[in-house]
Formats: sequence, structure tokens, C-alpha cells
Amino acid sequence: MANDNINKQSLPAVTAADFEQVDVNQRESEVIKRESLTAWRDTWERLRRNKVAMTGLFALILIVIASIVGPWISYWVHGYDYQTNDLLATNQKPSALHWFGTDDLGRDMFVRTWSGARISLIVGVAAALIDLFIGVIYGGIMGYFGGRVDTIMNKFSEILYAIPYLLVTILLLVVFKPSLGTIILALTITGWINMSWIVRGEIMKLKNREFVLASRSMGAGTGRLLFRHLLPNASGPIIVTLTLSVPSAIFAESFLSFLGLGVQAPVSSLGSMVENALTGWMYYPWRMFFPAVLISIIMLAFNLLGDGLRDALDPSLKNK
Amino acid sequence: MKKKSWMMLVTLVLVISMVLAACGSGAETPTTGSTTPTENSTGGETTTEPTDANLAADQTLHLNLSAEPPTLDPAQAQDSQSNTALRFMYEGLATIDGDGNPAPGAAESWEVSEDGLTYTFKMRQGATWSNGDPVTANDFVYAWERVLSQETTPAPVYAYQLYYIKGAEDFNTGKTKDFSTVGVKAVDENTLEVTLANPTPYFLGLTSFYTFYPVHQASVEADQAWASDPSKMVTNGPFTLTTWTTGSEMDWTKNDKYWDAENIKLTNVTASIVNSGATETASYQGGEIDYAGAPTGEIPTDQIQPLSEQMPEEFKLTDIASTYYYEFNTKEAPFNNEKIRKAFAMSIDRKSLIENVTKAGQTPAFGFVPTSIAGLNNQSFRDEFPDSGYFTEDAAAAKTMLEEGMKEEGITTLPPITLLYNTSENHQKLALAVADMWKNTLGVEIQTKNEEWSVFLESRKTGNFQIARAGWSADYNDPMTFMDMFVSGGGNNNTGFANKEYDALIDSAYKGGNDPEKRMQDMAAAEKMLVQDNMVIMPVYYYTQASLTKPYLKGVTTDFSGAINFTRAYLEEH
Amino acid sequence: MARYITSKLIYTLLSLFILITATFFLMKAIPGDPFMSEKEVPAPIRARLEAQYGLDKPLMTQYVNYLGNIVQGDLGISMKKLNQDVGKIIGQTFGVSLRLGMIAVVVSTIVGVALGLLAALYHRKFIDSLVMVLAVIGIAVPSFVMASLLQYLFGLELKLLPITGLRSPLGYVLPVAALSAGPIAYIARLTRSSMLEVLNADYIKTAKAKGLKWPAILWKHVIRNGILPVVTYVGPMTANIITGSVVVERIFGIGGIGKVFVESITNRDYTLIMGITLFYGIILMAARFVTDIVYVLVDPRIKLTSGKEG
Repeated sequence: MANDNINKQSLPAVTAADFEQVDVNQRESEVIKRESLTAWRDTWERLRRNKVAMTGLFALILIVIASIVGPWISYWVHGYDYQTNDLLATNQKPSALHWFGTDDLGRDMFVRTWSGARISLIVGVAAALIDLFIGVIYGGIMGYFGGRVDTIMNKFSEILYAIPYLLVTILLLVVFKPSLGTIILALTITGWINMSWIVRGEIMKLKNREFVLASRSMGAGTGRLLFRHLLPNASGPIIVTLTLSVPSAIFAESFLSFLGLGVQAPVSSLGSMVENALTGWMYYPWRMFFPAVLISIIMLAFNLLGDGLRDALDPSLKNK
Repeated sequence: MKKKSWMMLVTLVLVISMVLAACGSGAETPTTGSTTPTENSTGGETTTEPTDANLAADQTLHLNLSAEPPTLDPAQAQDSQSNTALRFMYEGLATIDGDGNPAPGAAESWEVSEDGLTYTFKMRQGATWSNGDPVTANDFVYAWERVLSQETTPAPVYAYQLYYIKGAEDFNTGKTKDFSTVGVKAVDENTLEVTLANPTPYFLGLTSFYTFYPVHQASVEADQAWASDPSKMVTNGPFTLTTWTTGSEMDWTKNDKYWDAENIKLTNVTASIVNSGATETASYQGGEIDYAGAPTGEIPTDQIQPLSEQMPEEFKLTDIASTYYYEFNTKEAPFNNEKIRKAFAMSIDRKSLIENVTKAGQTPAFGFVPTSIAGLNNQSFRDEFPDSGYFTEDAAAAKTMLEEGMKEEGITTLPPITLLYNTSENHQKLALAVADMWKNTLGVEIQTKNEEWSVFLESRKTGNFQIARAGWSADYNDPMTFMDMFVSGGGNNNTGFANKEYDALIDSAYKGGNDPEKRMQDMAAAEKMLVQDNMVIMPVYYYTQASLTKPYLKGVTTDFSGAINFTRAYLEEH
Repeated sequence: MARYITSKLIYTLLSLFILITATFFLMKAIPGDPFMSEKEVPAPIRARLEAQYGLDKPLMTQYVNYLGNIVQGDLGISMKKLNQDVGKIIGQTFGVSLRLGMIAVVVSTIVGVALGLLAALYHRKFIDSLVMVLAVIGIAVPSFVMASLLQYLFGLELKLLPITGLRSPLGYVLPVAALSAGPIAYIARLTRSSMLEVLNADYIKTAKAKGLKWPAILWKHVIRNGILPVVTYVGPMTANIITGSVVVERIFGIGGIGKVFVESITNRDYTLIMGITLFYGIILMAARFVTDIVYVLVDPRIKLTSGKEG
């Protein structure tokens, strides 16, 4: 304010040495710092306001807790676990003793449903996350680089996709001991391909967009372009695919159970329980009802949450 | 286990269970004690003659086959679906009548020589192929040579069913190339002479088996793929195949040239090919098919009890000549010890398993030869030699036996034990229940493991198991079809059991066809050795098969093995 | 275009070769063989069978022989379905799956896109929620439960439709419904999310500002751009549906290629496994190929020779 009154002569002489060289980093000039700090909080705020999505999240949390605690409750109260047979009490309707009834070996359906949910969730989530991890990297590289890289990688995934995964699964189960890990491995061996194709398609579509060009012209490198611009903008379809790959992994596992290649008895997943009840469900509906409803609720919850996340994440919907 | 301090929890339990109890009102389904009577029929119902008045106008039989016959070449067939299908189209020298006895088929009559080695068949006059050619003795010679020949591609697996014939085995295995050394000869067009290697009391019954069916030489030689193309199949049975849509459907039409055509009431047979028990029973209930269940299809275990109560008139359980058992690997610890094997066999409750798990009215098995296998004098083998003395179920004694066995082996804890079974809902249920029983009675923790069918067979064959599920069904109506399985080094003997005395008993029974009494005693002694003395296998039950027959479908017969014959069936007005 | 297609073809042939090789050795690595059964095949007969099918030769010889036959267009004879030509079995069963599958694909695509578009246009309105609820049910209910319920309800209880499939035109209804439920739901969601994105894009605002008529915008911009993810999905979906949904085929008793394929694997029917895998591979790659071309036709921003980065 009072600068004008400053005696110019009192100013020291300015020499070159007084200047400090500021490193003009082309990359950083493009960084939008404030945005990145609040991106996740922003998303969370949006998600929190979405009642439907929160219901889904809440249901999932409840199911996770129940699948941890549920089997214990029955064990403490009645003293049986998911594999305790009672041949004198087979196919019983839900009762005070067996809240969800019993199955064809007299095993308590309440315990089995929750421990089945535990297995299904582990299989589904683990497989989906592995699919996501591999699929995003693979698909991202394909879509971003295009050209020969794309062609070769694309061909590779096509060949892998075409190899009958039943063969692969049988072989895996013979080579490795049948376990949860083997099942997850079998499911992910081809499961990630679909994700990679979705990512590839999105990236190919996005990479010629103006904002990508702008970012590139301002010097953003490959990694930055991919992870800060392309993938976040592709996150809608990726999340939709992710929420669907949890259920599809759960279904794929039950299909393997259908062919006897799923989790080993007496351990069972929700899918294998439904499968097990399928031949007699007209007569013993509860054996199918509880696991089937629980599967459906899990699917529903994942879908609602996925929708909410998509709306919350999608930058293009920000101002709506 | 109850902890009373958990009052909150108990309250919660009560509230929820009241809600559930309120919700869970519906049809009362009793859960234990199958009340379905088992019909032990080797013949089936006695059929009342159909009168034209009560016959339905449309004589089309609707069936379902749970698997597609891999082939309709009698020489290559190996399975029960092919059996059902081929029975429509072919007829052997003898057929099995409603009482289970051999009756004239393509042969009008036969004579057996005193030594029981030579059979002379007189061909039926006027019997023709579906193209009008006469059925001659040469057709049988040709068909049997084709089964045994080294040149036939692919090599017929069931060629060994013909090894009863003198020289057949040597010719089949290539020891000789000269077919004239084989005991089959067409004396003339109408006379077939068969010479056997050993007197075989059940040989006539065997001639009704599909491997013994005749084939039509000209059409077989004309086209390699004749057996999968309805337009190229020339057959001699009551029906001819008209269409075959791979994986979907097969249709037969009555063969008017069949010698007994006037007694064939069905005009058409249509079989869908659906491999799902649940779908099959649904389409039976929906009226799409007239017969459901074994041997053509399957009724799911879960539905057996409700269906037997819902439609008692249509539901039927039939004893069949098959045994369900677990086999021990006698070369592998801990089952190399006989006492430990016995302890395991004694410590399960077969009756409870049948009533609560398998639920199809099976008979608990304490021996190897099933109840429906014939013995002598119109008695079954099992009636003559009961299996009740071989061992008894006794948890306390089993526990002592186990301890003795472990002491003999010098061990204080058992190594980890795995029960192996092939992937199937029913085997799984039984395995889990049995493992649970062992845990409760012997205090032994058993792992169960399932393997995909071929992998399972490979494991069993290579001895890569400790205890494995097994099942055996009869090829012919004689105890030998079971007992010769466990000879030293036998192809189906996966247990490692090798016993010279046992081999000698079986050999004596092989050759002893002219002394039936002694022959049966030899086989009974062998069975006692197998089960009571050595407990190589642990019998669980003798199979039954469950089926549903519409009340208007009559004249269906099943034989000792459960094989079904629809050729004389008819549909009443409905 | 011609050059593009030629190079695609070469790549496809190469891929098929790798596919054959991988499957061949994978298949042989699994225990068991076609001649195993509960009753052991006597050793001399087994030896003869192996010789007849060439299974007695060293693995590499078998492989080379198989390749030789393939080049001559000979898929071989099934080892379990005796004397039946693998090509013929594939032809017959694939016909069934193709008819059923094409109907299901068309139904799912039309219904799915229509529902998705509707939901996007009426975003956050009642129709949107309704479509999403339907979509969620379609995704949430496992296909075998759906198929069984449909069969029980319409076949057994109401007796409106046949219980087993495809024996009459009406027999198509339930299997198609069971097959399309999942894809409809998936496509509806995909379409909705993609359309929403497009509807909010600047070029739509520009188009509106330019005064373009809404139907023209909808057709030229919204649908053309929004349908891309669907196109990506329809390719593999077609291949998946047509090559047989084993579960649906099994429940409705349909003799499609899916059922035969699973059977061939359990039977270790080597020639049939190879034949169907090869066939499945061709269909899959063809579907991808067509997808790529359609993709270009729909989205002008992607060039066929999208090789060099500009």
C-alpha cells in the first residue's frame, strides 16, 4: 500500500546472484493439488448421501458380521457346527432348535448358511479383487499403447479365454490339493480377461479425448495419464464390472460345485448349498430358500453399493 | 454346552424362533422312517392280457433316457441306456420272460448236451430282419466273430462276455487267427452249435444279453457308421429306430416284420434325452413322460420319500443285483491290518444310513453277493447262504478291535485317514454320514475327499487311496459275476488282496458247472473268506432302483439286474 | 481395410494354433483316459483300443498327427460316441445351441438396451428405479434357481409351457427367458451407465445449443456413443450364450453343445474335446473380430489401424 513512498535509492542493487533458479517442472505444472487431496473424501460424502447405496453397504457389513458370528452363536447355544450330522433329524422345517431347519444330513441350516456365506464372500471378493488388479493393469496397457502391443496382448487374452476352463480347473484340482485357494485360482485364471477388455475399451475411447490431450501436451507421463486421468474417468464401467464380478465369481464357484469341482464337502458355499437343495426344493423349500435369499441379498447389496460408488466417483456427474 | 448366562441370547433365540415357527407352516413332511415297501421282483408284475377295448387309441410310449446311448452297435454297447435302447431293436437267441427265465427268442428251441458243454439252437422259422432277409444261424456266427475279431474297430470292450465259448479268449487276444477254433458253428442256415469252455449254468440267460445279439452282415459291412444312422440300421427286434437327434431325442416305430408283431401293442416309442433327475420327475408329473426313474433315468434322493407318499400306486422300489461297498487298500497303513479293517466295518449303522440318508429301502449288506442273484432250486443265493453271520455291527466290540489292531501294529494313534469317493451328491452324503459315525463310535477323525470320475478311477486303480467307495453290478445272474472280481491280480481288484485259497475256490467254481451244489458252496466259502475272514471290502447295502410308472402303462418288466423291457408294454385308456 | 483383415486373419490362425497346442497338452496332463469305467477293460482289449486310436504312440507323435488331420479338415471320430464323426456331432448339437442362443442374444440385446436407455433418459425417476430393480433381480438370482423356478411355475403349476425344452415353438420361451435374464440385466445396467455419461457430455450440450432436434441428438450422438460398452459386451456374450449355457441346457433337457462339451470332458473323449475347443475358439475369435469392426463403425474416433500414437 505504501510502496510508492519507498525511497528507490535505498534499494540494494539487484544482481544475478540474487535470483534463485526455480525448477520449472513441466509435470507438476499440470498437477491439480487441491482436487487430489479431497477426491476420496468427496466421493465418501456423495456416497453417504446416497441412501440406497448406504443400505447396500450396511447390509454387506451386517452379512459379514453375521457370517463371522452366526456359526458361533449356534455353537454356543446348541453345541453343533456346520458339519455336525444328526441323521434322526434330517430335512426338518425351521424350528426353535434349528432356526433355518436342517438339511438332508440333519445339519443345522442356520450355521451352514452363515458359514456358507463366509466361504462365498471370501471366494467372490478375493476373485474379484484379483480380477480387478490383473484386468486393470493388463487392459490399461492394451488400451493405452494400442498398436502391436495391443494386438499381441489381446490375442493372448483371447487364447486364454478360449481354453476350456473346466480343463484348467480339473487339472489345477488334481495338481494342487483342492482348497479355497485352488478354487480362487481356478476362477481368476480366466476371470480377469473380461475386466481387461472393459478397461481396454474405455481407455481406447478416452485416450483421444480433449482433457487427455491437454494433459499430455502439458507433459504428463504414461503412468500419470493412466492412473490420474484415464482410469479415474473409466472408473464407472470398471466399478460396475467389479461389482458384477463378485457375484459372477460366486456363481462360477457354484457352477464348479454343480460339477463337483467346487469347495470340498463338508465345507460348503452358498452356491453349493443351493445346488444341493435344487433337486428337492419343492418338498424342502427352506433348504434352498435361506441360502438363495442370502446370495440374492449379497448380490443386491454389491450392486446397490456399486451403483452408488459409480455415481459418487464419476467426475462427469459432479455438477449434477 | 448351554451357557445360561447368555440370557439375552436365549431371549433372542426364542423371539426369532417363534417368528420362524409362525412363518413355517406348510405341508407336514415326515423326515424319518421310510415306509415304502420294497418289492423284490425278479420278474415284475404278472401281466393281464390286454383287451383291445381298454387300450388307448394312441399307443405311443414316452420315455426319458438320462444319457444318450454312445452307440447302437450291440458289439460296442456297455451301459444300461444302450441296453434299454437295443432291446427295442434286437433279439438274441433267448429272451428273458416275465418270471426271469430264458424263453425262446430268435431261436425257437435248443438242446443242451449231457456234459453241459454243447448247445444246439434251432433258429425260428419266419423270423426276419427289418428289411425282410431271414435271420439265420450265420448272422449269429458273423456277429460273434465280429465281437471277438482283432480287426473290429474300435475293439469291442465287452468281448470278454463271450469268453465262455470255447476258444473265444484265445481268438480275441490274438493267440490264434483261426476262427474255426472258436466253438461257434452254423451247422446249416437253421442250426447253430455252440461249444463252451466250461459247463456254464447261466449261459442261456447270457444269450439274451446285447453282446450276443445278431447283426445284419450286409448293412454292417456297407457303412462304417451304420450304428449311428437310423436309415442304415437293419435290425431283428420288435421296433426299428426311425430318428435319432444327437443329444435330444430318439424315436422307434413298431417293426411289422417282427415274428411276434401281433403281440406288440405299442406303435411308437419316443425317448427324450435329459440328464437331470429333477427335470425328469417334473416332466413325469407334468404328463410328458409315462415312466421315470431307474434304469432309464433317475429319481433324485431328495424326492424319493415325498414321491413315494404322494403317489404310492405309481412309485416302486425294486431290488437289483448291485452292491454298494467301501474297499480298503490292504497295502496301505492303517488298513493293512485286518483288525482295523474289521473295526471300521463293524462300527457303522447300516440300517440308520439307509433310513436316513439313502432312503430308497435298500437292504443292509453284510456280504458281497446281492439278494436278487439266483442260487439253486428257485432260491436266491442269499437265501441259501445268508450274510448275517459274516460280521455284526457292534460299536463297543469295534472299539476293542481297533485297539487290538493298533497294538498289533505298534501304534498309539492312527495315521490321517481319507475316504475317497467319486463326485456325486449321493456318494457325498453317504461318505459324510459314515465318517461321522466313525468319529462317534471309534473316535477317529476321517477326511472325505471327492474326485472327478476319471481321476477317481485312476486313483483307485493305482492304489492311491486308503478307503474308497465302490459299486459293482451283475453282468449275469450268477454269484460268479461278483466273486471272480477279487482273484489275485484281477483287473478290478484294487484292494491288493491276493489269496491262493480264494483263487482255488473260484477256479473250482469256474470249472464245476456240472456239480451246481458244490459250485455254490465254493463261492459261498470264497465270500466268507473275502468278508468275514479278511474284510477286504466293507459292504454297505444292496441297491434298489426307484421308478415311477403311470397307472395306465402296463406290461413293463424288469429283470434281476434291474434292466427294463418295454417291448411288451401297452397303454390303457386314460 | 483389406490389409487389416488379412493381418487379423493371420493372427487368428496363429491363436488357434496356440489354443490347439495348449488344450492338447493340458487335456493329456489330466489323469484318466476314454477307456476307463467302473469295470476295468481287460489289458489286451485296452492295448488294441489304444493302438486303434493312436494313443499308444509318444505324445509328440500324437500331437503332430492331430495337427496333420486338422489341416486336412478332419476332426476325427469320437472315442466315446462310437463311430460318430466329431464334425457331425458338433454340427448337430451346435445347431440346437445356435437357434436357442441367437434368440436369447437378440432378446437380451433389444430388451437390455431399451431398458437401459429408458432408465438413463428418466434418470432418478420411477422408471429408472423400476428398471434397476429388475436388473438387480436378473443379476441377483442365480441362473439355475431362475430356471428351476420358471420351470416349476410355468411348466408344472400353471401347465402353460413345456417342462423340457425346444420340442415345440413354445418350448423356447422358458429356456430363452432363463438364458436372457442375466444378460438383460447386465446390458441394461451397462447401457444406463454409459448413456448417462454420454448425456452429460459436453458435445450433447453443444448439440442442444446448436438447436439440433432431440431425436437426432438421441440417435446420432447419444445412442451411437453410449452403445459402445454394450457392443464390447455383446460379442463375448454371444459366444458364451451360443456355445451353450450348460446349466440351462441341463435343466430344460436341451441337447446343445454345452451339454456335450461337459460330457466329453468327463468322458475324456479326446477328439471331441479338441473339436469343440477348436470350434469354440473360432466362434470366440470371430465374435471378437466382428466386435472390433462394429466398434469402428459405431465409433468414428477409433481407427482400424490404431497403431501409432499420434
